[in-house]
Parts: sequence; structure tokens; C-alpha cells
Amino acid sequence: MSKSANALTLALAALLLGGMSAPGSTQQMANSDVTKLAAKLGLGRAATADEIAAWDTDVRPDGRGLPVGKGTVKQGDDLFQEKCASCHGEFGQGVGRWPVLAGGAGTLKADRPDKTVGSFWPDLSTVFDYIKRAMPYGNAQSLTNDEVYALTAYILSMNDIVKDETFELNDKNFTSIKMPNAAAFFEDDRETSEKQFWNKNPCMKDCRPAPKVTGRAMAIDVTPDGKSGPKVE
Amino acid sequence: MTDRTSAETLNRRRFLGAASLAGAGAALSAIPALAGETAKSEALITDVQDWQRYLGDGVDKHPYGVPSKFEKNVIRRDVPWLTASAESSVNFTPLHDLDGIITPSGLCFERHHGGVAEINPADHRLMINGLVDKPLVFTMDDIKRMPRVNKVYFLECAANSGMEWRGSQLNGCQFTHGMIHNVMYTGVPLKVLLDEAGLKPNAKWLMLEGADSAGMNRSLPIEKALNDVMIAFAMNGEALRPEQGYPLRAVIPGWEGNLWVKWLRRIEAGDQPWQTREETSKYTDLLADGNSRKHTFVMDAKSVVTNPSPQAPLKHKGRNVLSGLAWSGRGTVKRVDVSMDGGRNWQTARIDGPTFDKSVVRFYVDFDWNGQELMIQSRAIDSTGYVQPSKDELRKVRGVNSIYHNNGIQTWLVHSGGETENVEIG
Repeated sequence: MSKSANALTLALAALLLGGMSAPGSTQQMANSDVTKLAAKLGLGRAATADEIAAWDTDVRPDGRGLPVGKGTVKQGDDLFQEKCASCHGEFGQGVGRWPVLAGGAGTLKADRPDKTVGSFWPDLSTVFDYIKRAMPYGNAQSLTNDEVYALTAYILSMNDIVKDETFELNDKNFTSIKMPNAAAFFEDDRETSEKQFWNKNPCMKDCRPAPKVTGRAMAIDVTPDGKSGPKVE
Repeated sequence: MTDRTSAETLNRRRFLGAASLAGAGAALSAIPALAGETAKSEALITDVQDWQRYLGDGVDKHPYGVPSKFEKNVIRRDVPWLTASAESSVNFTPLHDLDGIITPSGLCFERHHGGVAEINPADHRLMINGLVDKPLVFTMDDIKRMPRVNKVYFLECAANSGMEWRGSQLNGCQFTHGMIHNVMYTGVPLKVLLDEAGLKPNAKWLMLEGADSAGMNRSLPIEKALNDVMIAFAMNGEALRPEQGYPLRAVIPGWEGNLWVKWLRRIEAGDQPWQTREETSKYTDLLADGNSRKHTFVMDAKSVVTNPSPQAPLKHKGRNVLSGLAWSGRGTVKRVDVSMDGGRNWQTARIDGPTFDKSVVRFYVDFDWNGQELMIQSRAIDSTGYVQPSKDELRKVRGVNSIYHNNGIQTWLVHSGGETENVEIG
């Protein structure tokens, strides 16, 4: 084979290889290629202190973000009956499919665990953060900070985490409250605890004895009728 | 997530509906006459049909096109008993009616916590604050002046297949696996926006927050944010659909859908996670010993045969196409194996169409069926060597109460008449 024919073959091979690798690489450009183009665009404007205060209502477990305020269990009870009990039940037991907020202590190892604020939630700050941003359902961000403290105090009380209905929760004592299940959470460890799922040679032939049907969705029969959906027209 | 008691109460009321669904494949079509044999003429061919004689719709009929009226059953569906209200609920992508790798925008499953926020893009603002040199506010116009990228990614809800931990419960792959969609996003790498504000060295986590009435908020590790996270304003070439976060959403490739905050209005930088409701009381995985995994962000490799499946039974003996989807949050899908006998023997399926990082792939097995009973399974193998486990293998490690991250192998039992059902095998 001549030198030039050889070069042509190599060029063709390179073209083919380039074509082969195209779908995974060139169609999805690395983000870094674009971010290099973008150093300081001068877009956007400074956020004002008032704007940040209006939106930055989040609260962390270390108490960062807690507003000044206070509320008692008793005040929270009254508010809860007025604004929350229609879904969550008078004592946080839940109405219908709405979330249960209280009870369930000691059930997390049970066949049917009852995951509530008291039995499951690791941090009290989550309660405050969530009520403040999302509750009452359908009328979010309508509660004052004192009302959120009071409701949080009542939820602690219905879970027996505080016992006294004169207890006042405030920005000073907030981080002293410890949740019962706080120590039961650990970082994702799937890549070590489930390393058996990485398998270079998965079985292809005669991998198991003949399977038997042990359960059927049709026997449970809770599937909506797939033919009766609303019209799209 | 599911309450078996209330589910059972609904049993009887739903009986007729589910029965008709199951009966959909009861009658196999007669095997058509083979070429060369004497065939009967069809009036469809010998007679002039209405659509051949009369004028059809003009170009002014549908300024925004809609599917054919003969496709009216191709819709998202919900499971009313799952949740207390439709505004904090989920519906499911009709996987059994789709092909290729791109999910049509109007069929992408929806999961909201306070309904769909309706926002005029002119009124939308994105704030970046916290541990940054300069807290900033961006308009949608600002964001559309930044360098863009286009990426195809799957979004899977961590609770996809969550109703199936204890055994087969819902008879349709729309319901067992339909909390996933796969679209092309157009947007800006998050790093571009963070660079504008200037992250402080102690910024280790971000909190993403939505403008909806749930104020959805989640914590995101900074390494991921700077790697491949993007802020998207378009999907499949047009503006995001309202139910997918119009005008702006987060795209967190390969990680659980709950992190992909919709109607994104604020990003705060901090030095630790926020421990929001959605990353503590929800989206943590309770194990049998009472302890819970947290920050289980990555979606493990998973696959499902979409056809045949309970809503798409086999209709013909002889030649058939088995089809399905596979994906992995850890990279690309390298291989998909399919079993017709409940996992005793496996064959490697044919992947067709593009294979993108953290996108679904489409796979096929072209096969002949003589009417024998089949137990169809598929297993995905990803670029890290992870092999999708059986449901039993998964339950050994994760118990039955973790709700989230059920990526176990699905079994469809195909009966001799073609009807297909969701079964558990042992």
C-alpha cells in the first residue's frame, strides 16, 4: 500500500471513530466549556436588604435564621384548632390522608412505622421553617412569627417533648430542644453497604430455580381504570 | 406513602375498572393470511374513504398542534387514593404509550406540593444570597443573556415504584414506573450565576427555593452545583411547561427529582445543609433497623419493560417487539439484559437511539411468541458496573419501609392470551 493510501485510511478511520464517539461527547458539551466563556458578565443587580429579608425566612438546626419572637403551648393549641385541625386533627392525629403530626414513638422498627414530627423528624428547625413558608395549606405565609413559635410549641406538646402547657418557645430557648429521633440519620452509604450490586459478570444462564408467582397486583386491585382518563381534546 | 387499609377500602369500588383493564388483551387477533395465500379484500382499500374524498382541516385550525383524536387515551393519570389533595400529589407518565427517549412535554409526570404556580416571566425574579460576595437579583431577561447549554436528562422521582416495596400493587407500568421523564433542557450552568455573585470560600451547600405556595426548598452540596447543575428555562425546544416550573427550574442531573426545584426564585449559599422538610421527614430512607439514610441523592440504575406491560398486552402471536427504558444517575447505561423466564436466563437487549450521560436509553428485543406464558424482566447495567438488583436483593438491604429508591427488577407475567400483569415472584 502506498504512503498516501495509508494516510487516507488513517484519516477515514479517524473520521469513523470520531463519528462513533459523537453521541456521548460532542452532543453534550461539558458545562466547563461554557462557564469559561462567562467569567463576569455584569448581569443582574444588587439585592436590597429589604428584599433579602422578605425572602430569606429559612431556619437551620443551629438556629440561624430564627426571627425574634415567642409563643406558648396554650396559644398554639388555640391557633391549631382554628387553622390546622381540619386537616391534621385536634391532636395531630391526621384526618383522612392528611399528615399525622403526633404519636408513633417507638414504631420505626415496626412493620408499619408511624413517621411523625415526634417519632421521626430529626430537627425542630424544620417544623418552624416549613410552617413559616408553606402553612396553612392554601394560605401560606399568612402567620406571624409569634404564631409560628406558638404552633411549633403545641406540636412539641402533642408529641410529649414538652409537658407543660404554659411552656413558651422563643428564639432564645429554641435550639435547646432536642428531637427524639435526631441520632438515627446517617449519610448515604450505598456505595459501600450495597457494593454487591456492582458486579462485573452478572449471571446469564440458569441463574435461579424456576420462579413461582407469589403476589399479584390484580389481587390487590387498587389500580385506577386505565381506560377512563379525561379527554385531551 | 400508601395506606393499605384505605387502599383496601377502595378495592371493591375499583373492581370493575381494574377488571376491564385486565381484560383489554383478552382476545388475540387472528393470525393474518400469509403472503401468497388467498386473502379477502378489505373495504378500507376497495372503497373510497371520507378522508380521501373530502377536504381536511386547514392550516389555521390548530395554531398550536395537538395529538390525533385517536390518541386520546395517551394521557397522564393519577391514583386518587395515594394523596389527600390533587394540589399536593403526583400523576404518572404513560410510558407504555411512548417510544424513543424523549418524553413529550405534555406527558411528563407532575409532582407538586402546593399546586402549579402561575407566574408571568416578567414578574419572576431569581435571588442569590447568603455566603456570596454580592447578593444579586436576576430577571428572566438577564438569564437569557447568559451562555446556554442544551442537555438531555432523565428526572425520576425518588418515590417512583415506591408503592411496590411490599409486593406488586399497581397493575400498569404507568403507575409502577411513570414518575420519570426525559427531555432536552436549555439553560445556563448554575456555575455561571454563582460566579456572578462570587461564592465565599466557606460556601459548602446551597439551598434552592421555589416561588410556589409550598416554598419548596432543598439543600444541594456545592460540588454538585458547580459540576453539572443547570438553571433551565426551556424543555424540548420551547418554554418550560407551567407544571414543570415555568419560567425557571433547577436541573440536577442523575439526582432525585425532588431536588429539581421548580419556579426557582432563590439560591442561598451556606456552610451546612438546612435540614428542610423535604430532606428530613421526606426523601430519607427508613431501614428495617429503625435508622434512616439521608442525602440519598443519586438515582441507582434501573430499567423497565414498557411493552408488553399490563396496559399494553401482547396482541399477536408470531413476531413482536419488546421495548423498554433504562437509566442511571451515575452515568450512562452500558447494557440492558432481558429475561423471558423470570430471571433464569438472560439475553442482551439492543439499545437504539442516542446514549447520553444521565439520560434514559431505549432498548428492544425483537422476538417470536407462540403463546407460551412469559415472565418478563429487564436489568440495567451502568458505566460504573452497577447491576440493577432484584426486588428481593434490594429488600434484604433496605427493608420494605424506605418508600424511596426502589430500583428493583420488575416482573410482568404474560398469559397465553396476551394479558399481562404485575407480579411478584419467589
